[in-house]
Amino acid sequence: MIEAVDVFNAFQDHRGDAIVTTTGRAGRHWKNISTNPNRDVALGGAMGHTASATFGLAVGLPDEKVVLFDAEGSLLMNLGVLATISGKKPKNFYHILLDNESYATTGGQPVPNAEGINYAGMAREAGYASTHEFNDLEDFVTNIGSILDETGPVFVSVKIFAEVENAPIALRVREPARSRDETIRDLRAELGISE
Amino acid sequence: MTQQQAQILRPETLIEEFKKNGVTHIITIPDSETNYLYELMVNEPSLDIIPVSREGESMSTALGLNIAGKVPVCLIQNTGMLESGDSIRGMALNAGFPLVMVVGYRGWTRHGVTPDTAATYTEPFLHAFGINYYLVEQDEDGDRISAAFAEARETRRPVVVLVGDEYHGFNR
Repeated sequence: MIEAVDVFNAFQDHRGDAIVTTTGRAGRHWKNISTNPNRDVALGGAMGHTASATFGLAVGLPDEKVVLFDAEGSLLMNLGVLATISGKKPKNFYHILLDNESYATTGGQPVPNAEGINYAGMAREAGYASTHEFNDLEDFVTNIGSILDETGPVFVSVKIFAEVENAPIALRVREPARSRDETIRDLRAELGISE
Repeated sequence: MTQQQAQILRPETLIEEFKKNGVTHIITIPDSETNYLYELMVNEPSLDIIPVSREGESMSTALGLNIAGKVPVCLIQNTGMLESGDSIRGMALNAGFPLVMVVGYRGWTRHGVTPDTAATYTEPFLHAFGINYYLVEQDEDGDRISAAFAEARETRRPVVVLVGDEYHGFNR
């Protein structure tokens, strides 16, 4: 198991100009680590659909490297997206799954068959160009740079520690963050895309 | 055009409306009634076809494409639209971008009596979500498709084109 914050720190060293999206509890670390927030875009808003929205972004921006930090609970809600992405084969798409084996935002209940699923195996058999699995930080740090040079779609499954949140939603303290609309506006400005 | 031709909705009409409105991507799950339309779209160089695995993916994929400056259309059946409620809510309505969804109206009949609950719930579903729609039955209705695009652009909301031609137009 790896701490999510260590995954993001290791990725940051190799991020370059990649556009980055995140979802799930662990993804909240990224905004405190990213040094290029204008290329970070929030695409949450419907259960399991951050992957599909990020895939659409990658198809629409074939000259940009697009990296998604997904969560296994989210992926399980939209598992067909593995076939959708494999079918379209976006060469610029990097799908990094942070697998904490639980619904960390709802109290840490296990996802179905939490310890028994091989997500990289599912992505590989769905047709991703390459897949990788990590359960050790040193291995991840050693390999993430070269993985980001591979031709997509690439799938990387990383086992992380769960950071369980167990307070009722109304009582949770939210860190300030840009809204989805603001991140979209900033990304478009960064890329020179008019509405 | 003969009266008989005018009474069907040719798939070529949809392709022309897509081109007229600058559509770049069609996100779709083909259904049993639209295979000829699918063939036409695949062979149309101005359109990039994105097959998805479940209809709910189509709205979120469209959001990503819209951010990238593209003009996507979702082409699905009403059964799939019913399945897509949370995606329509969170990725289309809440995101506030122009999106035309062309929806095959399975079970639709002109006399309003249908044994197909897919049709029974289609328009109530759209009313519940506050989504406006245009019914297209035949070639003469083609300009309603452009009206849907214009409304989507103006309101920055999803607008639906219901294709009530389920039983004859799009197959060979």
